Amino acid sequence: MKIDISYGSGGKQTSNLINDIFLKNFDNEVLNRLEDAAVLDIKGRIAYTTDSFVVTPMFFKGGNIGKLAICGTVNDLSMMGAEPRYLTAGFIIEAGADSEVIEQIAHTMKIAAEEAGVKIVAGDTKVIEGNGNVYINTSGVGEILKEGISIQNCREQDVILLSGNLGEHHAAIMSERMGIENNIASDCAPLFSIVSDLLENKINIRCMRDVTRGGLATVLNEVSESSKCRVEIEEPSLPVSDEVKGFCNILGLDPLYMANEGKMIAVVPPEQAEKALEIMRNNHYGANAAIIGRITKGTGVSMTTVLGGNRMVDILYGEGLPRIC
Amino acid sequence: MITLQQITRELKEYDGREIKIMEVCGTHTSSIFKNGIRSLISPKIKLISGPGCPVCVTPSVYVDKLVDISLKENHCVLTFGDMMKVKGNEHSLTEAAAIGGKVKVVYSPLDAVKIATEDANTQYVFAAVGFETTTPIYGILIDEIIKKQISNLKILTSLKTITPALTYICENEKNIDAFIAPGHVSVIIGCDAYKELAEKYHKPFVVAGFEGEHILAAVYEIFLQLKENKACMKNMYISAVSDKGNMQALSVINQYFEPKDDFWRGIGVIEKSSLRLKPEYFQYDAGSDFDEYKESPPKGCKCKEVILGRISPAECPLFAKQCTPLSAVGPCMVSAEGACGIWYKNRGRE
Repeated sequence: MKIDISYGSGGKQTSNLINDIFLKNFDNEVLNRLEDAAVLDIKGRIAYTTDSFVVTPMFFKGGNIGKLAICGTVNDLSMMGAEPRYLTAGFIIEAGADSEVIEQIAHTMKIAAEEAGVKIVAGDTKVIEGNGNVYINTSGVGEILKEGISIQNCREQDVILLSGNLGEHHAAIMSERMGIENNIASDCAPLFSIVSDLLENKINIRCMRDVTRGGLATVLNEVSESSKCRVEIEEPSLPVSDEVKGFCNILGLDPLYMANEGKMIAVVPPEQAEKALEIMRNNHYGANAAIIGRITKGTGVSMTTVLGGNRMVDILYGEGLPRIC
Repeated sequence: MITLQQITRELKEYDGREIKIMEVCGTHTSSIFKNGIRSLISPKIKLISGPGCPVCVTPSVYVDKLVDISLKENHCVLTFGDMMKVKGNEHSLTEAAAIGGKVKVVYSPLDAVKIATEDANTQYVFAAVGFETTTPIYGILIDEIIKKQISNLKILTSLKTITPALTYICENEKNIDAFIAPGHVSVIIGCDAYKELAEKYHKPFVVAGFEGEHILAAVYEIFLQLKENKACMKNMYISAVSDKGNMQALSVINQYFEPKDDFWRGIGVIEKSSLRLKPEYFQYDAGSDFDEYKESPPKGCKCKEVILGRISPAECPLFAKQCTPLSAVGPCMVSAEGACGIWYKNRGRE
């Protein structure tokens, strides 16, 4: 069935869309009440965030826009030391979209939300003129489990851990857009379980960040700027799969600047670094975790290269597009 | 056999006269920064960026023409992402899109065939920019247009050839001691293309791959040649570059294109330095012949001096002040392969 403008009218067809797809998939006691606002059970301080998802193509190896919408918001909450609890989901659907596609996206969201331990408790649907694209906004609240985790908190000698291989989401999306066949799949994943493992094992996390748009280089520059410190990383320690390496070499892309959707950095005190690494590696989503560098005195991000040379690592400017030659 | 450690030690300890080596290809420039090569060699060995970024040397009137086409009713420009932010005399394609121009970024010229076939009511023009590396694929594109009888797709060419530019630099920039020849272009044209230049101008030309080790090895080879007052072509990228080049690609180029004089942004006209469609294929050309090149470099912009290796990007008065990747004044700051853009992203170490 094709969605047309009448599905956004607020009448019977809107109600059918909501009942047949969203309520069916997001079924829970809070949403099912269909009140004007969700009434939530939360104790203590909360973390609260929102994000919009407009990815093209909507489906790619390793996930789709729905999985991204859940993982993106869940990960933002997790990085503040908060346990994700409730999400909202707003859909902007262009006329011409297939209801089967929306169903597929909603079903993926249901599974991703279950995996992340969150409930989708409120939502909104609009239909606009267009070519059948779907855009999703999610917002979420989580309960703060540990106070004081902040990008401003890194100290000299602290150690930086990265939870796994770089560049997989970006490479999967680019491959899809360019019609390149390979086995690279998006790393799109909820990261709260890694955070939870670290906190349960009393790791004194100074700062966490999920490595999304702008890539690791941008995140590390944000750490350097906010904590007023220098970040020093070692190129040989950066985990990148051979397939992504090959992909980058051909297209002139740099894994340091490529987006990920299931990777995080954690900055921890030096004496806890090895223990934190072991905890990360024992988690399903952190199997390739590595210690990639440390915090020192100064400013900016520097990297010791594979050859033993030294270079500065700046933030991303513009979009990372393949070159002409 | 000499190890990488021995090479870097020798290059680091060098304290003789200043040596200037030009890397012609933007991807080499990028790799030099990416691998921190300068931190591994003596400051007396200067690595200078050359004119090897196709976007940077594309004349502004060419961009103007693309902008005009994008603004015409039922017309659409197809381009690689690199070209989007390069300014013409007035606008870039990004700015044209913001004022209603139709511009679409594609990842391969062959995407154009699909796009044009699916939308017969729009006249598409592909911005065919590049060196010999990219030209064969434009030949294949023309081949497809002919075979599939696609009437709403043409190309606007700004295709450059590297050896005339190298000849120009050898003639005019006497203080450059040696060249790291462009790896990608060499795959197509073959390494023999540099033999005559090396002999005539008595300068080493070393063809190198893009890994850090390749570049260090090329610098060392040049260092040894200069030390012994030798000057020859040496192919150190034998896994990809043959003596005569890629014959299949060269035959596609020769089938559809022929050499013409062309204007290089920042340099001027260089004889026989471009490839244009042959007259029998003019119907697929969207008007690549320009009567004149109205180039007025932005005030203070030193892109010309940069691509001729006279100054480093950081010596331009606009560098990192008025001119940054987010508000580029000159073309060398715009492209991912442009010397100024690469230097900006790696500033703080030079």
